[in-house]
Amino acid sequence: MTAASAHAKARAARAKKTRQFVTPEGIDLELRIAGAGMRCGALIIDLFLILAVLVLFTLFMLWVGIASQSDLTVVVWMLGAFVLRNFWFIGFELGARAATPGKRLMGIRVVARDGGRLTADAVVARNLIRELELFLPLMMLGAGVAEDSVSGWIILAGVLWSLTLSLFLLFNRDRMRMGDLIAGTWVVMAERAKLNADMATQADEEGIAFTDAELGVYGIFELQELERVLRHRDPRAMREVADTIRAKIGRPVAEEDDVFLLSYYRQLKARLERGLLFGKRREDKYASD
Amino acid sequence: MIPPPPVPRATGAPGFSASRFRAEREADWIAFDRLLTRLEKKGAKGLSSEELLQLPILYRATLSSLSIARATSLDKALLDHLEALSIRGYFLVYGVRESRWARLRRFFLYDWPAAVRAVWKETIVIALIILLGALTSYSLVSSNPEWYYNFVDEGMSSGRDPRASAEYLQSTLGHGKEAAGKGESGLHIFATYLFTHNSRVSILSFALGFAFGVPTMMLEFYQGIGLGAMMAVFAGKGLGFDFGGWLFIHGTTELFAAALSGAAGLRIGTAVVFPGARGRLEAAAAAGRTAGKVMVGVLLMLLAAGLLEGFGRQLITDTMLRYAIGSLMLLLWLAYYYIPRRGDAA
Repeated sequence: MTAASAHAKARAARAKKTRQFVTPEGIDLELRIAGAGMRCGALIIDLFLILAVLVLFTLFMLWVGIASQSDLTVVVWMLGAFVLRNFWFIGFELGARAATPGKRLMGIRVVARDGGRLTADAVVARNLIRELELFLPLMMLGAGVAEDSVSGWIILAGVLWSLTLSLFLLFNRDRMRMGDLIAGTWVVMAERAKLNADMATQADEEGIAFTDAELGVYGIFELQELERVLRHRDPRAMREVADTIRAKIGRPVAEEDDVFLLSYYRQLKARLERGLLFGKRREDKYASD
Repeated sequence: MIPPPPVPRATGAPGFSASRFRAEREADWIAFDRLLTRLEKKGAKGLSSEELLQLPILYRATLSSLSIARATSLDKALLDHLEALSIRGYFLVYGVRESRWARLRRFFLYDWPAAVRAVWKETIVIALIILLGALTSYSLVSSNPEWYYNFVDEGMSSGRDPRASAEYLQSTLGHGKEAAGKGESGLHIFATYLFTHNSRVSILSFALGFAFGVPTMMLEFYQGIGLGAMMAVFAGKGLGFDFGGWLFIHGTTELFAAALSGAAGLRIGTAVVFPGARGRLEAAAAAGRTAGKVMVGVLLMLLAAGLLEGFGRQLITDTMLRYAIGSLMLLLWLAYYYIPRRGDAA
C-alpha cells in the first residue's frame, strides 16, 4: 500500500508541474514548468560563460590597445562589457529557441504565459529586472560595508528584504521570477527527445509465449520502466529486473535475460495497448486489471 | 453453414497497432524535425517556398500523431519525442511572424513613441517629483549652504561646493570635469562612462518599480535633490545662467530619459497596486510589456545624452549655443513622442 501511495504521490507531483497549454488546433501540449534547480543551473552556466567571454574580450582589447596605442579600445571595451552584461540574455532569448546557452544545456526555454508569441518587450522587461534581482543583495551588502554608520541589523534587514525579491521564484507554484511576473512569461521544459527505434516492431515469434495471467501482473508504469531498462542495456539492471519478473510470475531461468525481457516487453505492451483501444488504462500494477 | 468467426490470438496483432501507426507516420515526423532544425539555424530564409508551405501541414500532422499516440501507444520514447517535437513546432510556427527588419522599423515608427505616450501620466508625476526634489534642495541650500554637504558627497562634487570660489566654479563649466576628461582625447572614454553609468541607474529605477513604485519615486527625488543643490551653489555665485547652459545641453535628454525610466517603473508599481478589472498578474504583465519598450527607448536616449555630454558639452563652450542645442533636443524628443501619426495601431 505504501508503494501504491508513493506512486500516486509521484504522479500527483508530476501533474502539479504540468500546465495546460492548448494550441489553436485543440491539443494540450502539457508544458512542464522548469524547476528551481534547473533555473539556477542555467543561470550559473550563463554567468560563467559571460565571465569567460569577458576575460577573452579583455585580453583581446588589451592586445589591440597595446599594439595600436589608441585609447579608443577603452571605449570599445566599456561598451562591449555593457552590451555583454545586459544583452547576453536578451539577445539569446530573442532567438528562435528563446533560450540562453545555459538554458539550452538544461533543456529549458522561455515562453509567453498566455500562449502567444514571445515579444521583444517581454524579453527586455524580464531581463532588465534580472539586474535588480542579482545585484540588489550584493549592493545592500556593499553599501553596508562601505558605511560604518549603518548598524549590522539594518544591513541584515536590507539583505533579507532584497533576497525575498531574488528568491521570489521559490514562493510560487509556477516558478516565476520577479522578471517573469512583470513580463508575463514562464520558463518551461523543452528538452529534445530522439526518436528511438521501435522495440516492438520485430516479429516476436522466436520469443517465449506468455499467458494472459503472466502478463496481467503489471501496468503501464512498470511497462515504461521496463522500456527504460531495455533502452539503457545495462546488463546488471537487466539481470535484476528479469529476476524480479521471473520470481513474480513463477518462471524458471531458462533463457537469456535480454531475450526474456524483450519478449515480455512486447507482449505486455501489446496487451496494455489493446486495453487502451478498449478505453481501459491501467496506470500501474496496483490498479485493477 | 456459417464459418466460425476467427478467434483473435491472445498476443496477436490487432487491426490497429501502435507499431503500424508509427511505421505509417514516421516519415512525416522526421521531415518535420529536419525542417525545424533548419528553421532554427537559418531562419525562414533557409527554407524554399515549397518547404515553407509544407511546414504547417507537417506541423498539423505531428500534432494529430501526438493525440493519437497519447490515446493508443505506450512507447515512452515515442511519446516523449512527439511531445518535444510538437512543442518545438508550435513555438516556431506560431512564433515567427515578421522579419527582424520589419520589427525594428515598427518599433521606431510606432511602438516606441506609443509606449512613451501610454505612460504620460506617470511621466508627469515623476517629472514633478524630480522638480520637487530640485526645489527642496535649492531652497535649503540657498538659505543655508551647510545643507549642501548632506545632499552631495565629496567624490561627486569634486570641489564644486559652497566654499569654492566663483573663478573655480566658472572653470568647471568651461571644459567639464578635469578628473574624467584629460584634454580632448579623453572625451570619448568619458562619454562612454557616463552612458554605462546612467543606464545602470535608470535600469535600477525601472526595476525597483514593482515594489509599488515607492523606491522608484525615492530614487528620482534623490536625483532632483543633487541637481537642486548644485544649482543653488552656482546661482549663489551668480553663475546660474552659465550653469543652466552647462546642464541644459545634455540635461534635457538625460533628465527626460530619467523621468521616462521612472515612469516605466511607476507604471508597473501602479499596475500591481491598482490592477483594475484585470487580475493582478495580467495587469503586471501588460504594464511590464509597455515598460519594456519604454526602457529600450530610454537606453537609446541615454546613449544620445552620453554623446552630448561627453563631446557636445566639452567642445561647445558658448552658453547660448548650449541652450539652443538643449532646447532643440527637447523639442525633437517631444515631437517624436507626442505628435500623433497616421497608421498608429497601438
